[in-house]
Amino acid sequence: MATEIVLKDATTKLAEYEATGGYTALVKARAMTPAEVTDELITSELRGRGGAFFATGRKWSFVPSKDQLPKPHYLVVNADESEPGSFKDNEILSRVPHRFIEGCLITAHAIDCQNVFVYIRGEYSGPYEILVGALEELRKRTDIRGNVTIVVHRGAGDYICGEETALIESLEGKRGQPRSKPPFPAISGLYASPTVVNNVETIATVPPIIEMGGAEYAKIGVENTRGTRVVSVSGNVVNGGNYEIVCGMSMREIIYDLGGGIPDGRELKAVVPGGSSTVILTKDEIDVGYDFDSLAQLRTSMGSAGIIVLDDRCCIVQLGIRFSEFYEHESCGKCTPCREGTRWLTAILRKLEDGRASQQDLDLLLDVCDRINGKCLCPLGDSDAIIVASYVAKFRDEFVAHIEQGGCPFGGTSSLDHVLAPIEMHGNLPEGKSLEVLA
Amino acid sequence: MTGVGSTEPAKSGALYDEIQAIRALYPEDSESAVLPALRLAQREHGWLSPDVLRDVADALETTPAYCKSIASFYDQLHLAPIGEHLVEVCTNVSCAVVGAQQVVEAFESELGCHAGETSEDGKVTLRTVECLGGCGWATIVAVDHHYRTHVKAGDVPAIVQELTNGD
Repeated sequence: MATEIVLKDATTKLAEYEATGGYTALVKARAMTPAEVTDELITSELRGRGGAFFATGRKWSFVPSKDQLPKPHYLVVNADESEPGSFKDNEILSRVPHRFIEGCLITAHAIDCQNVFVYIRGEYSGPYEILVGALEELRKRTDIRGNVTIVVHRGAGDYICGEETALIESLEGKRGQPRSKPPFPAISGLYASPTVVNNVETIATVPPIIEMGGAEYAKIGVENTRGTRVVSVSGNVVNGGNYEIVCGMSMREIIYDLGGGIPDGRELKAVVPGGSSTVILTKDEIDVGYDFDSLAQLRTSMGSAGIIVLDDRCCIVQLGIRFSEFYEHESCGKCTPCREGTRWLTAILRKLEDGRASQQDLDLLLDVCDRINGKCLCPLGDSDAIIVASYVAKFRDEFVAHIEQGGCPFGGTSSLDHVLAPIEMHGNLPEGKSLEVLA
Repeated sequence: MTGVGSTEPAKSGALYDEIQAIRALYPEDSESAVLPALRLAQREHGWLSPDVLRDVADALETTPAYCKSIASFYDQLHLAPIGEHLVEVCTNVSCAVVGAQQVVEAFESELGCHAGETSEDGKVTLRTVECLGGCGWATIVAVDHHYRTHVKAGDVPAIVQELTNGD
């Protein structure tokens, strides 16, 4: 059922990795021209595992040659995994660090680059130590390292730095705020030079693709979503954890067969399919393949593959509040619709939860969503708008009940009742701040 | 440490030397070393006081204001003192639906302070944080930056005991 390609033969030790064929894909790749390696990736149909799902080989092919643009090329790996519900890169870095490093080295060869930067979220001390330990083992192995330098750059706590241009800004020693695109990183990224930004899982999938060949890899999975995916399963589920699945597997199987179903004799209520930023699915919508096209039919996506399972104790208005608080907290403040709008969404949702809202507030909530969506430099604000609108669309009765009953129909029994979001805790807001002033 | 009124920036010392080693990892004309330098300084001093920001700025040949503008953007960098130990409880949705709030309350009760505060003896700072990226092993509690998984409210007294031992 689960086919391991990325997580197979897990080891943090160089000798063990080499004993199972580790770093042979690198040798194979280095015997090929960079263009041949890129073509192999294009043939594999691998699409980015960070959430944007862009064709990896094509992304590499956008990097201009050094004749066209005489500047150094950079590979930046996005290990800033911070999307609520996603913890796959944590597992990949911790369990198969050498496969990840091998992927970095093959990618560096493909894009003609000598400098790799791995931007890892500051909180990931465990994976950081494992990765640095694995790199340390390679210190004397110039046969493997070649002329490539890999620098592990630690973030310091910021979701927005997972957005590729904000990540580049942060790596350049600035506040992590997204840039306007174009220019795209492939032309002008890190230090205004051609840069490829890839997710950890994408990079860790490169060695097996080179090993088996792109055409062979493209036989796995379903049309438009080839290969395997490491999915993170969490929430109200018996066996939370990461599972490497063949793309296209049914979400019901993921939740019930791999995840072990819903604990405590509760009923499934809803599923967040691909991390907090994805449109919610109701319990009746989980007989769907976990792949791009199938989920697109339900107007949602695999995102960063964080499946959050919610049982019948979850108040959807409170779910909206908690995620909205998250986006409000993480909004960098550069674009007005996001900076203002995420605050408004939280405030209106709180008003609903407290029983002070009218039908007009529900209309206002959706209006604010419209005023954020598509109007910012990066997708952070959009995410808040899209998910809140999806909660209203799919659980309108529950929102209406909050209005009609003058408060939460769960009456204090919701699994998200009174959860303290950091935004209330950091003391970085003025004393006596009242969101009621807003709403 | 460079004190107030000093006219000469520090050009030596362990922090200065370590920051120079970090700078060597990045292109010469870049500011990339600022984040790792601030992390390093905080690890050594506990928090980023005005004096520490001055030292980091000197080592990077930039201004304290620039360093502060970076430090204030990132959640893990502290511009105010914190306790000897830091306990961070994830209260995002995956942790919250399996009892993160009860874990927070257990810490509050054991430490005698609210989330966002430091215990009276200065030993432990408690705070709630956004998703730590361990959702399937909820509740995640980062104790001095290392994750404890599957934490339940009942596990909290032992964790607090471990941190406050040695009095």
